[in-house]
Amino acid sequence: MLTNISNVLRACAQRNGAAAVVSARTYADFTNEATFEIKKCDTFKLDEGPATQVVLTRDEGLQYYRTMQTMRRMELKADQLYKQKIIRGFCHLYDGQEACAVGIEAAINLSDHLITAYRAHGYTYTRGGTVKKIMAELTGRRGGIAKGKGGSMHMYCEHFYGGNGIVGAQVPLGAGVALACKYQGNSELCVCLYGDGAANQGQIFETYNMAALWKLPVIFICENNGYGMGTSVERAAASTDYFKRGEFIPGVRVDGMDVLCVREASRFAADYCRSGKGPILMELQTYRYHGHSMSDPGVSYRTREEIQEVRSKSDPISMLKDRMLSNNMASVEELKEIDVEVRKEIEDAAQFATTDPEPPLEDLCNHIFHNNPPLEVRGTNPWSKLKSVS
Amino acid sequence: MLPYSGSVSLVSSFLFPPLQFVPPPNRSDWLCVVTPSVRRVTRSSDWSKSRRFPTGLAHSPAEDSLKMAASLRCFLRSGKKAVSALGQREFHRSAPAAAQVTVRDALNQAMDEELERDERVFLLGEEVAQYDGAYKVSRGLWKKYGDKRIIDTPISEMGFAGIAVGAAMAGLRPICEFMTFNFSMQAIDQVINSAAKTCYMSAGLQAVPIVFRGPNGASAGVAAQHSQCFAAWYAHCPGLKVVSPWNSEDAKGLLKSSIRDDNPVVFLENELLYGVPFEMSEEAQSKDFTIPIGKAKVERAGSHITLVSHSRYVGHCLDAAAVLAKEGIECEVINLRTIRPMDVESIEASVMKTNHLVTVEGGWPQFGVGAEICARIMEGSAFNYLDSPVTRVTGVDIPMPYAKILEDHSLPQIKDIIFSVKKTLNV
Repeated sequence: MLTNISNVLRACAQRNGAAAVVSARTYADFTNEATFEIKKCDTFKLDEGPATQVVLTRDEGLQYYRTMQTMRRMELKADQLYKQKIIRGFCHLYDGQEACAVGIEAAINLSDHLITAYRAHGYTYTRGGTVKKIMAELTGRRGGIAKGKGGSMHMYCEHFYGGNGIVGAQVPLGAGVALACKYQGNSELCVCLYGDGAANQGQIFETYNMAALWKLPVIFICENNGYGMGTSVERAAASTDYFKRGEFIPGVRVDGMDVLCVREASRFAADYCRSGKGPILMELQTYRYHGHSMSDPGVSYRTREEIQEVRSKSDPISMLKDRMLSNNMASVEELKEIDVEVRKEIEDAAQFATTDPEPPLEDLCNHIFHNNPPLEVRGTNPWSKLKSVS
Repeated sequence: MLPYSGSVSLVSSFLFPPLQFVPPPNRSDWLCVVTPSVRRVTRSSDWSKSRRFPTGLAHSPAEDSLKMAASLRCFLRSGKKAVSALGQREFHRSAPAAAQVTVRDALNQAMDEELERDERVFLLGEEVAQYDGAYKVSRGLWKKYGDKRIIDTPISEMGFAGIAVGAAMAGLRPICEFMTFNFSMQAIDQVINSAAKTCYMSAGLQAVPIVFRGPNGASAGVAAQHSQCFAAWYAHCPGLKVVSPWNSEDAKGLLKSSIRDDNPVVFLENELLYGVPFEMSEEAQSKDFTIPIGKAKVERAGSHITLVSHSRYVGHCLDAAAVLAKEGIECEVINLRTIRPMDVESIEASVMKTNHLVTVEGGWPQFGVGAEICARIMEGSAFNYLDSPVTRVTGVDIPMPYAKILEDHSLPQIKDIIFSVKKTLNV
């Protein structure tokens, strides 16, 4: 009966163009919070690990759901636009790994810092970028988050240092950001992400050494999605225990498909860092549904069955949805409503991203320097003298 | 009389007998003392005509008397300090409150002053702290500023260069020292892809105020892997500023400007110049003395041919110019000071006056600084003023050998510059 009323009311609201969820069911009908048992994390050089009993509130759950769904749909839309050739060049999609970005952000503050590699659209969103600006950057328009100058791999916003194209280079950068935090004495930390492929880069080990030596407040996070482009972890690493590769840095191995696991482990890591004990390493075991990038079908080095199995058994959004529904923390309709809103947001963003004009040619040589008097830049030929302002 | 004993020694031999160098008790009262055995004194005062003569006044056969007049003027200008110095009962030659400062000390002063001025500035690199710097350039800084601001790093160029760039992105102003720029190759990805390109890629959102500094180019007897000049490599890349000082004034003024610049600067020093003293004017010794990046300096005015150089070879050019002057060839010597952005206008203005150009550098010829100058002159208005093609004097196109005789013949010598000038002038 109540459901019928709510359906009718919702239908009315939609006809009037309102986007709000109109439901006759009140919050009192839902469980406000529930405790969940999560997987125990393997630890390395730690006496205790993250908690295994976690509390999720309804609001948190809805927020995580909405964020993950937005990221998922945004990436799928990017896939579509890429196939239509509206997005060009590199496009590394994050779908499947949403729990990592959302879980990490849930455990830190916007005043903390984060840096990652090229699979960065999700993090750009959680760090404060809007879907509109992210998509417009992918399509190379002036409304993009980097005014169309950066593209998929070079998106920046407050306390988010990209988006970095060179595999592994972001790790020392992240430690440097952490050095600045320690230097300025502001109790902020830096979350520094890299993949299982990057984990074999030499500069990462140089960074481990200096971070541990100087006790920098950095959380190194290895997003292990099983494959470095087309090379599986077994074929790339002598030791696939990425959480132990820090040798003298304590490590935690986390189920990266469970947003609560990621959140709890990130909270644990953040506490560790903020207490001045130095760096800590987290390995998030996760999975990407797409290939390495849009030019990789993703099935030459793994089977479709494997992808399907992960999708059906460990999808982060489904897992959270099941948890919330089975604990009466949300209704199916409510979550569907969120899906509809998200779809609309993505559609609007895609519309903007495809109709916004490209950057003006006058912008070609701008932003080479910061805070610099205007200078002249040589064009393609000696008579082409272009202007550059900061 | 030595070819470059300069105005001060002329006056000194005139007014006072040759004196022993007596270290002054108080640094601020440093005055010039010259003995005939000190060969490289007051180079700047010989050729920095702009301070004592109107610009553009060429040398004339009466240069000796002009120099003497100038020196007397300077001596008289020093006034109070000279009197008080005399009052201290020590015989000192005086120049207008100028001092002899080595390039090393000038760099040290620059860093000390900038560290004091801005809390966000810090220095990191191998051996910069407790060892006082591999070449003692950062001597005394760790003692004064401590572990937080002067950081010894492990031998991890790629790692610590990346850390420095990250710190710059997060609001600090690091000075990242490479023990030599040869080792910067380990970290070149961080310099180019993380530092240089970020402001552009982020459409101005993310600045990287960092200075990468260290000795560049050939030293003495250090062989192939430790002798490469990286001016051309770094100057190739948009997003970087590349600076190459010659004397102490250049070193101090340009390093201060580089540290204050909000963009990545590659600061190329020269190990052989560290210990060389140059005169620094009182103004240059002040805490706010900076030299703008991107502006070249005419070290010596001339009318027959323009010599353009950077770093150590500016000195070679001046030496060559002094020899050539005796044969009646007046060279205009331009000290580039900054490789990128290059002050082509100054070179063009000079070429339009002299109609001949020779570039001098220590780096290899192919795709080098001289090659770039040639291309720019050709593309610009000065081309029509050239009476002969531009000549490049460069290092020999080989990895640097070890044996002294071979090493000496791998780099431009003064006789090579003189030869090239004469060939260019067809004399």
